[in-house]
Amino acid sequence: MFDLSFLVTETGIGDGSRYIDWLKQGLLWTLSVSFMSACIASSLGIFVGVVRTLPNAPLLRLLSRMYVELFRNIPLLLQLFLWFYVLPEVLPVRWGDWLKKDLNTLLSSTSLLAEFIFSSLALGCYSAARVAEQIRAGIQATAAGQIHAAKSLGLSQFQCYRFILIPQALRMVWPILTSELLSLFKNSSLAMTIGLLELTGQTRQISDYTFRTFEIFLISTLIYIAISFVITGGMRHFERRMQKL
Amino acid sequence: MNYKKISLALMGVSLLSMPLMSAAQELTGILKKIKEKNTIVIGNRESSIPFSYLDAHQKPVGYSIDLCLKIVDAIKTEIKAPNLKVEFNSVTSQTRIPLVKTGAIDLECGSTTNNVERQKLASFSVNTFIASTKLLVKKASGIKGLEDLKGKTIVLPQGTTNERVIRRLNEEKKLGMKFINAADMAQSFLNLETGRADAFSTDDVLLAGLAANAKNSADYAVVGNPLSYEPYSIMFAKDDAPLKKVVDHTLVSLMKSGEVKTIYKKWFLSPIPPKNINLNLPVSPALEKQFNAPTDKGSE
Repeated sequence: MFDLSFLVTETGIGDGSRYIDWLKQGLLWTLSVSFMSACIASSLGIFVGVVRTLPNAPLLRLLSRMYVELFRNIPLLLQLFLWFYVLPEVLPVRWGDWLKKDLNTLLSSTSLLAEFIFSSLALGCYSAARVAEQIRAGIQATAAGQIHAAKSLGLSQFQCYRFILIPQALRMVWPILTSELLSLFKNSSLAMTIGLLELTGQTRQISDYTFRTFEIFLISTLIYIAISFVITGGMRHFERRMQKL
Repeated sequence: MNYKKISLALMGVSLLSMPLMSAAQELTGILKKIKEKNTIVIGNRESSIPFSYLDAHQKPVGYSIDLCLKIVDAIKTEIKAPNLKVEFNSVTSQTRIPLVKTGAIDLECGSTTNNVERQKLASFSVNTFIASTKLLVKKASGIKGLEDLKGKTIVLPQGTTNERVIRRLNEEKKLGMKFINAADMAQSFLNLETGRADAFSTDDVLLAGLAANAKNSADYAVVGNPLSYEPYSIMFAKDDAPLKKVVDHTLVSLMKSGEVKTIYKKWFLSPIPPKNINLNLPVSPALEKQFNAPTDKGSE
């Protein structure tokens, strides 16, 4: 039943590509979107999480809280749709047209740059809201006495966060961040809905072309599992190193 | 005494089960499954106007659905199940074949092209409609055919036969088109409407339906020579001769009696829900030929 030779046959659309090339392309997009949105999620997430705990800055706290509630409470699928289809329509016409037409011709005539940027943004901002809450929990779980101690040693607020609070918070919530990274990686498959043929998208495309539905879905399932194991392993490695510090 | 009781009971059981057994022997495959569950599951589409789509009450309606309900009536008689329940299960271009293969749906009643490649995976009824691959464009763009799309962007619904036709033509004619993959017809149309794509290609009849339902339907035009012919059929499980016989027999007699034209008129030449728009699509010569001499031949 699991004859996988179809993977190396040509797709028949006339450009000489084989199904395995489509699969590789899809994998590359999945990794790119995941990496890009993980960068956005971690930097923005830590920033928003810190702002949420800032004493003496009620307005900033409110803004960061609004950010979290906004991005955490709208379904990711809808957010993708809003970024990709609605944003260009509400912007000034010339900007919208640039996003819709010219952005994709910047690199090459067949690139999916716009789809890539917007899916990374959507996924990154959504995950950032969740990371922010995790970081906030970590910071607030740090003993209050440490902040007083840091202040009495003459550390500025920035130094207090940089050297005392954030490192401890990260260490504390690291296992949760691992699951967050895993779900971000799997959520990257939603990019398919705005036309970015990442791993799941290409899997469906190949299934449509070859009707080898079970085989190709099994293969991509195994790919997802394998990458998830690598992510888990990598994160655990850092976890151990942090514990030694 | 005990032995007598048991043998009597056994005799009773075997006597009772005899008529059931003979009925079960007559029915095989899908028909047997339908009889046992007293339910037939129809796979419907959500936006394949006017073949199979949801009306204002979210109820599946359309030309293919009407034909399928005729088939259901024939199946009721065939398997002697007058109270047969009809269930609907929404399918998409991508899910329809796997769902037929796994038996989740018994009849797929949408706008599915009958082609040789798909015949390896599923069975097809006699063709119920003949469509052709064309382009939907904004009139203002001045695009008249595929040649005008050199270097332009075209949106294609994923998993359709048209997608392959266009991709192949793009390579053959070295047009260098950029493709947008859309999940379904509505999303494809959104891409054209918002100017992300210059053209949208799929079967002419689906394009006519989408354009007729658009906010500014006068802004759109279906253009180009037919890039391929697509016979539509009802799809069901492969290698089930009794089922194919009922399905084909029902459709052929609808075509021979001319009743199919009444159903055709209802969906293609009259105002249809949800917006009471008339597609105004007369029976094409290719379809007329099919009605006169029904065949289940698929496209290459």
